[in-house]
Amino acid sequence: MRRTALIAVPYLWLMVLFLAPFLIVLKISLSDAALAIPPYTPTFKDGIGALIRELDFENFVFLTEDDLYWKAYLSSFRIAFISTVLTLLVGYPIAYGMAKAPDEWRATLMMLVILPFWTSFLIRVYAWMGILSNEGLLNQLLLWLGLTSEPLVILNTTTAVYIGIVYTYLPFMILPIYAALDRLDASLDEAAQDLGCTRMQAFWLVTIPLSKNGIVAGSFLVFIPALGEFVIPSLLGGSGTLMIGKVLWEEFFNNRDWPVASAVAVILLLLLIIPIVLFQRNQQKQQEAEQ
Amino acid sequence: MSQTVFAPWENPDEKPLIRFQNVTKRFGEFTAIDDLTLDIYAQEFFALLGPSGCGKTTMMRMLAGFETVTEGRIELAGQDIGHVPPNERAVNMMFQSYALFPHLSVWENIAFGLKRDKKSKGEIEARVEEMLKLVRLEKFARRKPHQISGGQRQRVALARSLAKAPKLLLLDEPLGALDKKLRQETQFELMDIQETTGTTFVIVTHDQEEAMTVASRVAVMDEGLIVQVATPAAIYEYPNSVYVADFIGDVNIIEGQVSPSGDGEYALTWNEGQSPIEAASQTVFSEGQKAHLAIRPEKIRISTEKPEDAVNAMQGKVLDIAYLGNLSTYHVELPGGQIIKAQTANTRRLARRDITWEDPVWISWSATAGVMLEQ
Repeated sequence: MRRTALIAVPYLWLMVLFLAPFLIVLKISLSDAALAIPPYTPTFKDGIGALIRELDFENFVFLTEDDLYWKAYLSSFRIAFISTVLTLLVGYPIAYGMAKAPDEWRATLMMLVILPFWTSFLIRVYAWMGILSNEGLLNQLLLWLGLTSEPLVILNTTTAVYIGIVYTYLPFMILPIYAALDRLDASLDEAAQDLGCTRMQAFWLVTIPLSKNGIVAGSFLVFIPALGEFVIPSLLGGSGTLMIGKVLWEEFFNNRDWPVASAVAVILLLLLIIPIVLFQRNQQKQQEAEQ
Repeated sequence: MSQTVFAPWENPDEKPLIRFQNVTKRFGEFTAIDDLTLDIYAQEFFALLGPSGCGKTTMMRMLAGFETVTEGRIELAGQDIGHVPPNERAVNMMFQSYALFPHLSVWENIAFGLKRDKKSKGEIEARVEEMLKLVRLEKFARRKPHQISGGQRQRVALARSLAKAPKLLLLDEPLGALDKKLRQETQFELMDIQETTGTTFVIVTHDQEEAMTVASRVAVMDEGLIVQVATPAAIYEYPNSVYVADFIGDVNIIEGQVSPSGDGEYALTWNEGQSPIEAASQTVFSEGQKAHLAIRPEKIRISTEKPEDAVNAMQGKVLDIAYLGNLSTYHVELPGGQIIKAQTANTRRLARRDITWEDPVWISWSATAGVMLEQ
């Protein structure tokens, strides 16, 4: 009885805060846009029968007709994927360095990784605008060093989006990899060398495979939110960067087409379910391996 | 059939496989190994024995190449290996934690080192099968390390470290994680494997029984120094110091002053009102010199009557009896307060035992039973 109650808590949480809102969004996505408050029909005021009769998949069909949407999805996928790879390339050496650092340093290093969270995410993204803009700190530095003769255009390009995503999600990559590396018995690396591996071979053959779970977990933790990311592309990306989060926002607030916006959101969620399920399975496998 | 005794260390013409020459290792201020010189010969089963922190693991790690030498040199088969990285040494190590790769199967673990040698597939397969057979794990080749027992893991680790047929195999507390019964079985297995493969083994252990059982020679270490290197029997019977006598097995130490009483014979005055102890010694002591007499408990006889023929006999009171099943150790308090341990085999059933607590008893030993030590 008590067990059931305990399990019920997270399920109830999910029901109220995920499933119910999702059903509402799903319902809106099946409605038609209208000049009203709320800006769609039918509503519950029309009665259940009329409500069910008037729902249709029109908006989903519309998404397939205008190539803006699938291009945005595709572009989001590409940006999220490339950002994840970049975050991994930056994050792995940091995590590795942390795991190899002397014990008395580790707490401090961990703190430094988490420290950016103490400042608002928005402020940090705005700070990047200050750094990357044509008259920004980076360009001033490059010009002063004489490395470039004219300012580099970084802000309002996809490069700026990559920089923003890598910067923002780096801790989510570092922490699971660090956790995996930290658990690794140092004698495994020595055993590999003892059996004839160079340091590099030992790293590829032992350290990387044994931190795979951390790499996978970190990659999903970056990929999933990056896919639907809205703030970074809209602040750093400019008009050239097409991402589904931005499309969603415009549909919702600029066009006030709630049904189409909801349909975009529903599709995004369905697409995200694939990596989320994969992530869950990875976590599960990891737990089983530890038992 | 005459059997030649394996004792290359007694042959001056024999070239040692490993040669430590005035090796010193310092970690910052701390001296782990202090000016140590030692020869280990091919096909030896050499044990480094000592309490934790005595430097035995550091010596092993220097042989494997994981630690560099601060001063002096280490030779393997006549070559200075001071700057050879671990992966280029013909030395393999079996780690205390076994360090099996958890993501690889038993088969792949054993093949790991062979694959690094760029051997052909057929050669690797043949060698892995051979190793699996050697450690009797053919049936478990496809399992992952977490799917087999501790004893099996230990054997995989051994097979993996032997697969490359190293000149020298290092074993770091190889049986530490096994329970006592399995440990004893495995000790004999280790000796068998060492003999079959003809590999030189250097084992690090803090378990004196294990060192005595498996090793051809034992080096007893203390605080970065080697105190004594000898065969297990010599270490036990003729320790060169109180430290060694005390570290290996159980011992009674009687302190006193010596006076020579004949050729190689001495009288040890040790307690007022007690007659001096007669003891033989190959080491020469001068009149009035301080000495420690070390006698193993099993060399002391215990009886209810005064023994007629004993050279040294004294009366005391039984303070305590430690019953070990096959043996009993009696703690006998002498009139001066000194406690002497005497051990006898329990050849009779317990109910028939004629000595019990508080009994007055006689303990006795011969002149050659103990060893006289200067320090």
